[in-house]
Amino acid sequence: MAAVMRFVKRSCFGSRMGLQCLSLSRSAAVAKLVQDGASAGKTLPERVKIVEVGPRDGLQNEKTVVPSEVKIHLIDMLSEAGLSVIEATSFVSPKWVPQMADQVEVMMGIHRRPGVSYPVLTPNLKGFLAAVNAGAAEVAIFGAASELFSKKNINCSVDESLQRFEVVTKAAKEAGVPVRGYVSCVLGCPYEGKVSPDKVAQVAKRLYSMGCYEISLGDTIGVGTPGGMTEMLQAVSREVPVNALAVHCHDTYGQALANILIALQMGISVVDSSVAGLGGCPYAQGASGNVATEDVVYMLHGLGIQTGVDLPKLMDAGAFICRSLNKKTSSKVAQATCKL
Amino acid sequence: MGNFPTTVKHCLSYEELIQDYPWLARWLQEEKRALTHEYPEYVKIVEVGPRDGLQNEKEMVPTGVKIQLIDMLSETGLPVIEATSFVSSKWVPQMADHTEVLQAIHRSSHVRYPVLTPNMHGFQDAVAAGATEVAVFGSASETFSRKNINCSIDESILRFEEVICTAKQRQIPVRGYVSCALGCPYEGPIESTKVAEVVKRLYELGCYEVSLGDTIGVGTPGSMAKMLHSVKKEVPSSALAVHCHDTYGQALANILTALQMGICTVDSSVAGLGGCPYAQGASGNVSTEDVLYMLHGMGIKTGVDLSKVIEAGDFICKALNRKTNSKVAQARAQCGYN
Repeated sequence: MAAVMRFVKRSCFGSRMGLQCLSLSRSAAVAKLVQDGASAGKTLPERVKIVEVGPRDGLQNEKTVVPSEVKIHLIDMLSEAGLSVIEATSFVSPKWVPQMADQVEVMMGIHRRPGVSYPVLTPNLKGFLAAVNAGAAEVAIFGAASELFSKKNINCSVDESLQRFEVVTKAAKEAGVPVRGYVSCVLGCPYEGKVSPDKVAQVAKRLYSMGCYEISLGDTIGVGTPGGMTEMLQAVSREVPVNALAVHCHDTYGQALANILIALQMGISVVDSSVAGLGGCPYAQGASGNVATEDVVYMLHGLGIQTGVDLPKLMDAGAFICRSLNKKTSSKVAQATCKL
Repeated sequence: MGNFPTTVKHCLSYEELIQDYPWLARWLQEEKRALTHEYPEYVKIVEVGPRDGLQNEKEMVPTGVKIQLIDMLSETGLPVIEATSFVSSKWVPQMADHTEVLQAIHRSSHVRYPVLTPNMHGFQDAVAAGATEVAVFGSASETFSRKNINCSIDESILRFEEVICTAKQRQIPVRGYVSCALGCPYEGPIESTKVAEVVKRLYELGCYEVSLGDTIGVGTPGSMAKMLHSVKKEVPSSALAVHCHDTYGQALANILTALQMGICTVDSSVAGLGGCPYAQGASGNVSTEDVLYMLHGMGIKTGVDLSKVIEAGDFICKALNRKTNSKVAQARAQCGYN
């Protein structure tokens, strides 16, 4: 396209040359249109960034409260497994989330590997300031695409929550701290049922415009299927560039890997997951929640996609935390031990 | 774009292009459709729980329970239910009651009830017991063939040829299975051309459909696509099915890939019955409930009532005193969200 432009600029517009230029530029325009239309095409990314949410989203939703040293050791093991982003903890009031009460201790106790980022959740300015004080270098904010979910989960409307977050993103910008945005209920809400893809796009757009470098789209109750995922991503990618999007799929209905595959086919190259599939679904007792990092990595590596993750070391981390929690892993890859 | 002559800007405007070349809008839509995914409108589910599932469960299931399970599944809308296996009970004791099961089930007119017949002896017993459709089981791996059925791939195909010929004469349709299509517990990765060769042989011998089995569930969408690409060169997609194991959690992603490549028949097992004999404690068959949930969510018809399948799954899990492997069944049991 640029070459055509340069050619056109340099040439004079004699009628014959002019006509040639016109036809050249038109083919270029058509080619670009086809390429844009093909953005939902079949090529997969060469590299996918895994955002490991086990220590925060995972442990926050486990029944057993885990001692700080165990959390710290888990995060350290995950750092050694090659993950480049590990969500470490949450600066939410311990009144609401007792599992994350040791947020400062964890932040200060982990060994921060160079090249790895350790974002923490900060629902409001107070949490943000406490996080920065404790040494956080990246934060995350959590919106919802469903009004009812927003009210029930954080006691305010979607708009009110976005206003609250704007305060955080402003402060973060001033402090030079990157902010990741989450949108929950992107494929369904436990209260409202169906969620409109346009609503998801709107919320994602606002978070992106207020400065979030990346928006993670969460299928909070795991009800999504590849059809709904496609539709939702089409709507969102019209408002937010695809390289600023991530998917956070729950495996409550076993759909996570299929949904992740669709997302990859649509150009998404950031996937959230949780070691050993930590974190059940608070809306379906006994059902699974987060998709297991091991299973995601297995699929990605099988597809020839690089992740930088060492699967055996990741599985060691998973085995460690499951022993500490006295529970079976939710990862199928971890469960499959071939004995011939 | 500020420095360009207006004529050029005009050319580069989509709206102007469409005005001048109305055919362009239609052409671009077609291009876009070709590049995004098309899915089948209808997928046929082949329910293998009563055979492949129960055959691989530790617990022996009483005949009455098997019959009730099949009868419940017959009420769900499933078009094909693999009922039992006419293999020697010396090798597969769980299927020793094959004749009793086949004769006692209530056969719905909308459902087919294929049974496994590894050789002429099994075929004859099956027909005598009233079977109207049979299945033969080959392998893409030599070592697996030898260890599993004690002969080479070539020898097994000769054996099946006899069955298929006789079945043809009696107008009994034969379904073929090829195991280890995406990997073998002994040989490791299997060449997709080898899979294609075996599939082609079964199809040319007369199998109306060949089911491609990821026997140890090691496949991923990449290897599934590669294998199907080779196989489709030899056999039409309409005669192919996928039989994905969920041992590594990859089944639904693999099935999705198969659908994107034009496959419209999927094998699955109610409640994910049937562990993996090669990976202690690991899961095996993909759950019918989870497959249905995905297909229905994508607007693909199956004719199957998911709630009734969940009920059948609950029934068999109680009888086996075990938890379901289906995530949908687990979630529905508590959540009640539709």
